[in-house]
Amino acid sequence: MSVLLIAEHNNKELRPFTLNAATAASQIDNDVHAVIIGHKCEEAAKALSKLEFVKKVIQVEAAYYENFVAENFAPVIVKLASNYSHIISSANTFGKNLMPRIAAALDTSQISDITKVIAPDTFLRPIYAGNAFATVKSKDTKKCVTIRPTSFDPCESSGGSAQIEKVEASEEFSKTKFVKREEVKSDRPELGTARVVVSGGRGMQSGDNFKLITSLADKLNAAIGASRAAVDAGYISNDHQVGQTGKVVVPDLYIAVGISGAIQHLAGMKESKVIVAINKDGEAPIFSVADYGLEADLFEAVPQFLEELNKLNTIQK
Amino acid sequence: MKILVAVKRVIDYNVQIRVKEDNSGVVTDNVKMSTNPPDDNAIEEAVKIKEAGKATEVVAVSIGEEKAQETVRKALAVGADRGILVKTEGVVEPLSVSKLLQKIVEKEKPDLVFMGKQAIDDDCNQTGQMLSALLNWPQATFASKIEIKDGKLEVTREIDEGLETIEINVPAIVTCDLRLNEPRYASLPNIMKAKKKPIEQLNASDLGVDISPRIEQIKVEEPPKRKAGIKVSSVSELVQKLKNEAKVI
Repeated sequence: MSVLLIAEHNNKELRPFTLNAATAASQIDNDVHAVIIGHKCEEAAKALSKLEFVKKVIQVEAAYYENFVAENFAPVIVKLASNYSHIISSANTFGKNLMPRIAAALDTSQISDITKVIAPDTFLRPIYAGNAFATVKSKDTKKCVTIRPTSFDPCESSGGSAQIEKVEASEEFSKTKFVKREEVKSDRPELGTARVVVSGGRGMQSGDNFKLITSLADKLNAAIGASRAAVDAGYISNDHQVGQTGKVVVPDLYIAVGISGAIQHLAGMKESKVIVAINKDGEAPIFSVADYGLEADLFEAVPQFLEELNKLNTIQK
Repeated sequence: MKILVAVKRVIDYNVQIRVKEDNSGVVTDNVKMSTNPPDDNAIEEAVKIKEAGKATEVVAVSIGEEKAQETVRKALAVGADRGILVKTEGVVEPLSVSKLLQKIVEKEKPDLVFMGKQAIDDDCNQTGQMLSALLNWPQATFASKIEIKDGKLEVTREIDEGLETIEINVPAIVTCDLRLNEPRYASLPNIMKAKKKPIEQLNASDLGVDISPRIEQIKVEEPPKRKAGIKVSSVSELVQKLKNEAKVI
């Protein structure tokens, strides 16, 4: 049977993780259908029909689908589900909010946040914030799976020529009303998806000193992270927290400044491709996961780092 | 208004997770256990609402082995009025937990059910949404702010793009984010008082729900180990390595 991918979009464009989820879906079965639920989402539906791997698009439109309320989306998917063996979405806040509502309605035990498709019924997924990996096999006939976007490459956004079929909307769920969305408009990349992350820890000693981190992040077009210790000390707000109780990040480059490397912090960043640690305590656990460790006083090293970066002709963005 | 808060007993977030040698799971014997961190935020919020005079009773419920009683007791020590423990053995998947909670909700008839957005052991992030599906109630996940207005809830949610605000009718499910509040510590007198608060104990089998696992855990492994790195002696060496060797800047 075919796989149903739930597209994430903003009614105009697809959100990028839809492309990663399409790749994951294609690894389960060749016959990937994608459903797009929204309001005036023609353009996004067209973009979806052009994706590599997508064989058919199902478009469902209603004014009350404009803001992606899970209580409205779930019945649409549940109605379509009889034709599919798997239902797939990204394990970001969109998919995390929606998929369990579908799974419970279908009486299926969901498999969350997979990082690898081993077989159509068997998947690899991190548990304990990536401190262990479980191989799990679903015994349910219908499988609801969310995928970790950074573990699957995005598919090509062209090459496909799927037919778009329109399906009637389901009834509105009137007990939940969307009020507003405040998107963080920042020139800085988002912590969860940034190519480079610069994080500060308790070693920063004050919130004011975090401007060293900000300067370094500006230079490298990086997101700003922090350890729980820095957040608890009030140096920076907790939406910057990286770790088991904060965000899990997988950037190409992670620079840990004045962070000792508590277990709970390592859980949130140790899958990063390249890790740099700057710490004056040579015995700090952070050095055990760092590719490049610099044992130095951060208040001398970070300004030097900025100087050295200024000498470079080009810096990757 | 009555608030039911679901709390889970998990390995403490400061403990180094070790995988069992036979790859059957992670080591839990003689390991420090605590309340799942965002469940502490859920209890705190419920108690704050009661202290503000907007709720009359806060009931803490946990589903797990006998020792999960400690987790319920901790909720009582920070202000919950009474507790319920549904005793289970072995792995109980979120779908089963939500079915058991549905039975408790039908019995207790709360106006609101709070819980953490995710448990830090299995990292599933499912139970609240599943429970609201089973009850056909509104759901507000990843809540970082809750306001009660004329019998409705205005909830600010943490989403990837920023913040979203929704308005939901009561009864409803709210899953709590760490940003929602600052959980208090239990004072010694309150810990003593909590010992006298009632905890009702039930067996999962009494609730008539099939909780047998649908997912087979084939093995649990350590994450791939990182190759040992090097120490650089100066900032210029570091920048040179990042530019020419790692090619990341």
